[in-house]
Amino acid sequence: MKLTSLSQSGGYNLPPCHIISLCGFNILFDCPLDLSSLTIFSPISAQTFTRPSSNLHPEMLDKTSLIAAEPYYKTVQTLHLWNVSLIDVVLISNPMGMLGLPFLTRTEGFSAKIYATEVTAKLGQLLMEDLVAMHMEYKQFYGPKETSFFQFLKWEELEALPPALKEVILGKDGTELGGWLPLYSSADVKDCLQKVQTLKYAEEACYNGTLIIKALSSGLEIGSCNWSLQSPKRNISYISSSVFSSGTAMDFDFHALIQSDVLIYSDFASWNGVPCVHSENSSSIVPLDPSAKSDNACMSELLDFDESSEETEKLNFICSCSMDSVNAGGSVLIPIGRIGIILQLLELFALHIESSDIKVPIFIISSVAEELLSYTTILPEWLCKDRQEKLYSGKPVFAHEELIKEKKIHVFPAVHSHELLMMWQEPCIVFSPHWSLRLGSVVHLLQRWRGDPNSLLVLEEGVNTDLALLPFKPIAMKVLECSFVSGLMSEKVPQLLKMLQPKLILLPDYTKAFFNPLNDSLPCLFYTENETLSLPSSKNLLELNIATDLASRLTLSKLKSEELTISRLQGKLILDQGKHYLVAESQKKMTPLVHWGKVDLQSLLLALEKIGVKGSMEKVNIEDGCVLHVFEPNKALIQVEETKTVIGSDDEGLASLISDAVHSLLNGV
Amino acid sequence: MAIECVVLGAGQEVGKSCAVVSINGKKIMFDCGMHMGYVDHRRYPDFSLISKSADFNNVLSCIVITHFHLDHIGALPYFTEVCGYNGPIYMTYPTKALAPLMLDDYRKVMVGRGEEQQFTNENILNCMKKVTAVDIKQTVQVDKDLQIRAYYAGHVLGAAMFYASVGDAAMVYTGDYNMTPDRHLGAAQIDRLHLDLLITESTYGKTIRDSKYAREREFLKAVHNCVANGGKVLIPTFALGRAQELCILLDDYWERMNLKVPIYFSSGLTIQANLYYKVLISWTSQKVKDTYATRNAFNFKNVQSFERSLIHAPGPCVLFATPGMLSGGFSLEVFKHWAPCESNLITLPGYCVAGTVGHKLSDKTTKVDVDKDTQIDVRCKIHRLSFSPHTDEKGIMDLVKFLSPKNVILVHGEITNMSYLKGRIQSELGIQCYYPSNNETVSFPTTHFVKADASATFIRSSLTPNFKFLKDEATDMAPVQVCDERVTQGILVMEKGQKVKILHQDELLTMVGTKQTEVEFAYCFPFNLCSLKVPVTDDNSLIHILNTKLSDEVAEFGVQDCMDVIQVNSFHLAVCKNGNCLYRINSHGSTMGSDCVFFCCNWSISDKILAWRVISLIKNMSSSVESVFG
Ligand SMILES: [Zn+2]
Ligand SMILES: [Zn+2]
Repeated sequence: MKLTSLSQSGGYNLPPCHIISLCGFNILFDCPLDLSSLTIFSPISAQTFTRPSSNLHPEMLDKTSLIAAEPYYKTVQTLHLWNVSLIDVVLISNPMGMLGLPFLTRTEGFSAKIYATEVTAKLGQLLMEDLVAMHMEYKQFYGPKETSFFQFLKWEELEALPPALKEVILGKDGTELGGWLPLYSSADVKDCLQKVQTLKYAEEACYNGTLIIKALSSGLEIGSCNWSLQSPKRNISYISSSVFSSGTAMDFDFHALIQSDVLIYSDFASWNGVPCVHSENSSSIVPLDPSAKSDNACMSELLDFDESSEETEKLNFICSCSMDSVNAGGSVLIPIGRIGIILQLLELFALHIESSDIKVPIFIISSVAEELLSYTTILPEWLCKDRQEKLYSGKPVFAHEELIKEKKIHVFPAVHSHELLMMWQEPCIVFSPHWSLRLGSVVHLLQRWRGDPNSLLVLEEGVNTDLALLPFKPIAMKVLECSFVSGLMSEKVPQLLKMLQPKLILLPDYTKAFFNPLNDSLPCLFYTENETLSLPSSKNLLELNIATDLASRLTLSKLKSEELTISRLQGKLILDQGKHYLVAESQKKMTPLVHWGKVDLQSLLLALEKIGVKGSMEKVNIEDGCVLHVFEPNKALIQVEETKTVIGSDDEGLASLISDAVHSLLNGV
Repeated sequence: MAIECVVLGAGQEVGKSCAVVSINGKKIMFDCGMHMGYVDHRRYPDFSLISKSADFNNVLSCIVITHFHLDHIGALPYFTEVCGYNGPIYMTYPTKALAPLMLDDYRKVMVGRGEEQQFTNENILNCMKKVTAVDIKQTVQVDKDLQIRAYYAGHVLGAAMFYASVGDAAMVYTGDYNMTPDRHLGAAQIDRLHLDLLITESTYGKTIRDSKYAREREFLKAVHNCVANGGKVLIPTFALGRAQELCILLDDYWERMNLKVPIYFSSGLTIQANLYYKVLISWTSQKVKDTYATRNAFNFKNVQSFERSLIHAPGPCVLFATPGMLSGGFSLEVFKHWAPCESNLITLPGYCVAGTVGHKLSDKTTKVDVDKDTQIDVRCKIHRLSFSPHTDEKGIMDLVKFLSPKNVILVHGEITNMSYLKGRIQSELGIQCYYPSNNETVSFPTTHFVKADASATFIRSSLTPNFKFLKDEATDMAPVQVCDERVTQGILVMEKGQKVKILHQDELLTMVGTKQTEVEFAYCFPFNLCSLKVPVTDDNSLIHILNTKLSDEVAEFGVQDCMDVIQVNSFHLAVCKNGNCLYRINSHGSTMGSDCVFFCCNWSISDKILAWRVISLIKNMSSSVESVFG
C-alpha cells in the first residue's frame, strides 16, 4: 500500500486530497477547488480599473492591484501530474471535495469509478451549478472577447504583482501556476454527475470484487462522510474533517472505523496553530490510559464536549449582533456558504425576529437556493437525532419551509429579478453567495451597504479578510468574523485514535511534534505533501474460504519427519465481495505437483518387479548418477541422479508405470 | 451450523406475520404482526414458543420489521410493552415514522368497537423509542456476528426486504413486496446474494397480472361515472399506503379533467400522513421523487378534510375514510348511510381479511349484517380494486430464480397457492421449498466455509484472471456482476496448534527444508526431413517449420522464444546430434542420414498428455512420408 498526499491544506472549504494505492488500485480521496484564491481577482461591479503599466510600489496592495479579468480557478496542482487513466476509484467525502471533479471527469482517459453519498452528490451538484451561474454573470460583464489573464500571463507581469497576490497564484513554494484553469461548463457538471455512483451511509459498494467501500457519517455537513475500505490485504479507514455532534448532520459514526489495519487521519481543519504548543506539555492533554477505563467511559469522555451547543451559542451571537444592526436601521449580509450553518441561522433568525418588535424580512438570493432548500426538507435519514425526532413527531425537520410559506423568508434566484425589487425593503437580512466576495449577489449588496456603519457583514474566519475586502475599501460597514466547528479538536484526537485501535496511523508530517511523544501507545507514521509513503505488505497470508464439500474430499497424508499433515488442493479460486473462496471443481485425476527425497535403486527395482517391470542395474557413473535398464515388458531406461530422475521410454504406458513406482519412493504431493 | 425457522404467524394464511429464524445460533424475529380477523388470543403470534420462561431479551438477537402494515407490526407494542422485550428492533425510517399512526388508528378502532384495549398510545410511543431506523442498503452490525441490511420492497412507503447473515450463512425475509412499480412506489430491488434461505410472501402465488394501467383506468372511470351522476364515492382505506396511491391517481385525474367535485379525507390522520409522505418522498418512485423541487406530489391540490355533517350533504363527492376493509370505525359508519343508495359507489381492495364487512361484501349479497343488531341493504355499486401492491406469481418466481437460494419458505398466502408455487419452485428451479403451518419448525444445514490462511504466492500463482459476467436475463433487478474465476492448485498444510495454511509447492519445500526431486521423462526419436515438403537449410529453420506445423494442431505451439528449441510449458524439444544418446530407446539401429535427424525431448509429469500427443503427431508426419516414398 502507498499513500501520496497531494494537498493537506485542510479546512471546510478546502478538504485535503490524497491518493492511495491498494491491491493494485489507485484511489483518489477528494478533488477540491481553492476558491479562496478567487480573491486575487477584482469583482465585477467594482469600477473597472485599467491596470497601471508599471506599478511603482508593487509592495503596496490596493484595489488597483487586483486582477481585472475573467477569473481562473485554482485546482490541486499536483493532481495534474497524475495520468488520470491510472486512477481507478475516486471517493468524495463532502460537497467541497467535489468542486474540482468536473476538471477530472472531462479529461480524456478518465475512467475511474466515483463514489459519493447521495446527498454529497446532490449538494455538490447544486454548488457547482451555482458556481457556473455566478461565473456566467462575470463573463457577461467582460464579454466573450476578453482574453484571459492567465492565458497570456508573462513572467514579468507576474513578477510585477504584489507579493500577496503572487503567493496566492504560485503557492508558497512557487510551483502552483499550472493548477489554474478556466471554469468548467454546466455540461461538464452534468457529465460529471452522471459518472458518480451514489451511496447511502454504511452501504457496501464492491469495486471489482476486491474492495468493499463504505461511506460513514462524518458529522461535518449533511451527507458528508469518512471512508472504510476493506480489501483482502488490508482494512483501511480514512477520516477527513469530522464533527462529533452537529445541529444538522448525522453524528460522526466512528464505531464502524474501529480496528482497521491502517487509519489515514487527515482531519486538521482546526489544527493550525495549535499543535506544537501542546506537545510540550503533552501530559495535560493526554490524560487517558485506556486500559484503566472501560470503553464506555472513554467514549463518554470523548463526547462530553458538546460541539453543537457551542455552535448554537455562536449562531445566537450572530443573530443578536444582526438584530442590533437592524435595530439601528442597517442591513445584514451573510455570504457564508455552509449549508448546515445557513439552515440553523434561518431558524434562529426567525426566533430572534419573532421576539423583537421589528419585523425584518430575510432574503436568500442564489440561483440554486430554492432547490437547495426544498431538498433539505426531504432527507431526514441524513440528519442528526434531534431533527429525526422531529420527523417522528410529525413536525417539519427544518423550519424554513414554514417560514417561506409565512412569507418571513423570501427566496430569489438573482438580485436583479423583478419580484425581488417588488418585495425589497431595508433593513433586511440577506443570505447570498459567494464567500470569496468576488462572485454572486454579495458583490452588489456589499457595494450598496459598505458605507453604512449600521450594516453588518458576517464572514467565516479563515478567508483572508484583508484581501477579500480590498475592492470594497473604505468600509464603514461592521464586519463580524466567525469560526465554526470544522473538524475534531486536537485535544480529542489522541483519545479518539486510541479508541479506534488501528494497527497503524498515518498522519501529516506537521503533526509529528504532537504525536511522536505518544508513539508508544499510538503506532504512527508521518506523510509529507507530494511524497509517496510506502507501507510494506503487512499480511503475507490472506484468508481463504474453502467450501465444505471440497474440504471433505481432501486426502490428507502425514509427513513422517515433521509434525505436518499435508494435502493436495485443487479447485476454483473465486474473488467475491473482497473475499477469496476456493470451491470444488469437477474432479480430474491430479498429477503430483512436487516431489522431494531420494530414489533408492534397490527399492526401485523391487517396486518395479511388483508391477511386472523387469530390468537390470548398470552402475555406470554418468556424472553423479546411475542408470537402470528395463527390458520387460518393453525397453526403457531410468536415470537416477541426486535431485532428478529421468524416465526414458517410447512407450507411454510403461513410462507411466515407472513414474508411479518412482512416485511411491519419494515424498510428494 | 444450521438454520431453524419457526413460523409463528402467516403460515398458510395471511395475517400476523411472524417468523423466528435461528441462524448459526442467532435468533431473529422477522415481523411481529397481528391478525385482523380474530379478537381472541389468536390475533397475536404464540410468543411462548420462543421462550417458555418469557426470557425474550436473552433469546432474541433482534427484531426486524419489514413495513407498517398491521399484519406485520400490529403485535409489536404488545410484545415490547406487555411481554417485556427490550432488545434491538430495526425498521426503515418511513416505517418508524408511520407505524405509530397505523397502530394508534387501529387502537382507536378497537376502543371504538368496545373491545378491550391491548395497548395504550403511550405503549406505542414507548415501543417506538426502542426502534433503530435504518436506510435502504445500509449494512447494520447488530452484534459481532450478525449483520442485517434492508432492500427496497415497493409495496408501501418504507417497505423493505431484510437480509441477515451470521458467519457464512445468510438469508432474506421479503415481507410484502411488489416487483412492478406503481403510482408512487418503485419496484423491489435486491442484490444477487448467496443465500441459504429465502422466506417470501405468496399472497398472489397463483395469479399473473397484466398491465395495471388498464385497471387504474377502470377505477377512474367508475369513480368519474359515479360523481358525474351526482353519486358519492366511499373509499375505505387505512390512513397510509393505498390512500396516498389512489389520491395521487385521483388528484392527477382531477387536474387533467378539470373536475371540481370535492375529494375528502375523513380523518386528520390521512392529512397528517401526507406530511410524512412529503418528507419521505425519496422513498417513492424516481418520477414522484423528482417532483420535490417544484411541487411535491403529496401536496394534494384538490383534497379537503371531511366534517361529519357532510355525510348527508347533497351533491357528489369522493371520500377516503378509515379504516380499510370496512372493519369498523368511521368508514363503516359512512357505509351504513351511503350503501342503500343506488347512485353511490364503494371501492374495496382485492383482498379483505375474513371477518370484516369488506369480506362479507365479496359475495353478491344485497343484505349485510354489519353488527349483531344492524342489517344494511346494499344497493350501491361496488368496485373491486384489482391492483394490488403485492407481487404476482411471475414476480415471486423471478425473485426466487434471481436469488437462487438453497431453500425457500413460503409464508403470507393461502395453502392452495403455496402448494402450487412450491411445485413450480422445486420442479423448475430445483430449489427445496417448504410452506409450514403456524408454529411449525423447518430446519436445514447452512453453508460453511473452512477458513485457512493462503500465502500470497499461492494466490498469485493461480492462473490468469478469467472474468465472467453474471447477468440474469429474466429480471434486471441488480447490475451486472463481474466475477473472477481461476483454476488453482496448491497444498494444504496443517501444523499442530496452528491455523490451516494453503501454500504454493515451492513454499512447502522451504517449509520442509528440502529441495525438489524432479521426475522427468525423456525420449529421442528419428524424423524424416522429407515429410516437411519444404527445403530445410539448417536446424534452426527445421525447428521453426516444425513449430509452425504443430501450431495447426496444438494451440500452445507456434510461439518461439528460442531459435533452436521448442519449449512449451515443461516440454522441451531439440535436434539431437549425440549418436550415443541414452534416450534413443529402440532406435539404435537407425542411422543419421542426410534426410534424417533425431529429436530429443524431455518433459515433466504435468505435461505428459501434451508430450505424448506431440510425439505421436511428429512421428505420424514422418511415417506418412515413408509410406509415399516406400
Ligand atoms: Zn403489507
Ligand atoms: Zn402483509
